[in-house]
Amino acid sequence: MDVSALDEASSAASAVEIGEIRQVIAEHKGCGTSGASGKASCGSQASQAKLPTEIWEKVKNHPCYSEEAHHHYARMHVAVAPACNMQCNYCNRKYDCANESRPGVVSEKLTPEQAAKKVLAVASAIPQMTVLGIAGPGDPLANPKRTFKTFELVAKAAPDIKLCLSTNGLMLPDHVDTIARFKIDHVTITINMIHPEIGAKIYPWIFYNHTRYTGLEAATILNERQLQGLEMLTKRGILCKINSVMIPGINDHHLVEVNKAIKSRGAFLHNIMPLISAPEHGTVFGLNGQRGPISRELKALQDVCEGETNMMRHCRQCRADAVGLLGEDRGAEFTTEKIMAMDVNYDLEMRKAYQAKVEEKRAAKVAAAQEELAELASEMSGIKLLVAVATRGSGLINEHFGHAKEFQVYELSTTGAKFVGHRRVDHYCRGGYGQEENLSTIIRAINDCHAVFVAKIGGCPKSNLLKAGIEPVEHYAYEFIEKSAIAWFKSYLDKVQSGEIQHVEKGEAAIRQGAMISAA
Amino acid sequence: MPFKIIASQCTSCSACEPECPNVAISEKGGAFVIDPKKCTECIGHFDEPQCVAVCPVDSTCVVDTSLPRYQAPA
Repeated sequence: MDVSALDEASSAASAVEIGEIRQVIAEHKGCGTSGASGKASCGSQASQAKLPTEIWEKVKNHPCYSEEAHHHYARMHVAVAPACNMQCNYCNRKYDCANESRPGVVSEKLTPEQAAKKVLAVASAIPQMTVLGIAGPGDPLANPKRTFKTFELVAKAAPDIKLCLSTNGLMLPDHVDTIARFKIDHVTITINMIHPEIGAKIYPWIFYNHTRYTGLEAATILNERQLQGLEMLTKRGILCKINSVMIPGINDHHLVEVNKAIKSRGAFLHNIMPLISAPEHGTVFGLNGQRGPISRELKALQDVCEGETNMMRHCRQCRADAVGLLGEDRGAEFTTEKIMAMDVNYDLEMRKAYQAKVEEKRAAKVAAAQEELAELASEMSGIKLLVAVATRGSGLINEHFGHAKEFQVYELSTTGAKFVGHRRVDHYCRGGYGQEENLSTIIRAINDCHAVFVAKIGGCPKSNLLKAGIEPVEHYAYEFIEKSAIAWFKSYLDKVQSGEIQHVEKGEAAIRQGAMISAA
Repeated sequence: MPFKIIASQCTSCSACEPECPNVAISEKGGAFVIDPKKCTECIGHFDEPQCVAVCPVDSTCVVDTSLPRYQAPA
């Protein structure tokens, strides 16, 4: 899709809307938080020290529940649940392009037996794969037999793998006991509204108790079932993540209320995601021109909600058959045909040894950032800015600018480096774009950043970035992200103070829609 | 007239299969099909045909006009 068109369409509206969101912030901040700065409340980012031990044990190697873990650990989804029991206006079940990444889409569906073998094959090939999720492509609880059979087989063969599922919540209350019995520690519910009037604009129908309900009636039933399911899960100590799709003009302001409602019912984490609505996906929203949010709108809403609950900002909105670290998809290496031909030897000891190494690296990373942060403590400055980082994982600046499929974005202030999101910059699946177009796509995606940290960068993109006011930084190649970003920020503040440079605010950035090219 | 599934529209999501009160639906060659001998249009079971109500693609489960209407036993 045409990102510049999206920009133009949204920029006129956005000035007003950001103002409105700010107003909501003001009204909403009566919860004892002192604004966004100084409070490291982003639970998805929370480290060991900030979480109770039993919760830390549950999230420390779950890439979706811990931002910190997502640099090191991988997840996989198995597509055993093709059926769904409702229709969402942002979903089109007919569309599957292998070059496309978004929820609800898979290339092939699996039987529970095939899925279990796939899990073992992937766990052997990718020892940092710690989590198996069932997320569709329909709804796992609209396919309870296949879903729970898969969990049963995997729990038996690979007991160290964490089980999790993601549901629309309609059938959740009926299955909470089974979920608890299978020791599924993590459940994600997609909740986009708590008022049926808003729900009616998002869900054309649900299928419940042998009946197709539409309109307000459908949204009322769905809302009741979702919140009831959430309460039942949290009562049993199961960690719940709530996914919400931010749909400008429909539920963007309302999500602040949703945030309060889920927080009061014990949700652990709230993941507000931008609407994906490219017309070529054929969704209702895509076809009627409903736009998704721009980066600043998304971040503003996430910042408002952060005072209330832990926010997830590292979601990649992956496919229901994704495999690998978040942000990469190695699914094409593990097709059914390839897996069935594989001779899988599940080696638990090898996996444990590998993960122990990962933990060592993680500890070194945290220590390095702490050390650098101590140096920053003496600085006094109200400057807060964003930087982009090219990384392939492990918390290192280890990707070439031109190879990056996404950039991770950190907000820097005197309180440190905080992960606030990521920007996809991979090529469009319809192809035909030259290098220049790709470069301007990247610049549009990180246009709100002051610098971009890379392992390496060519001369041409370097000068274009500088022209756009984004400093390419190669100096910290292969070093830890947070430590490097803090060190760079310190020197930036020094330069501003000495008058060598002047601090200027940056512009808007676009959220990339559409296809992610798989790794294979 | 029993219902039929238009194969070219079927996403093979399987949602209809367990909903059919007559166990008339099965998967064949990547799409689902309704056995016209078993289909009762859900008459006597539900207010609306279950395959139509649950199918994610509009106008995919439709009445097969080439066959006579289902007659409920007297």
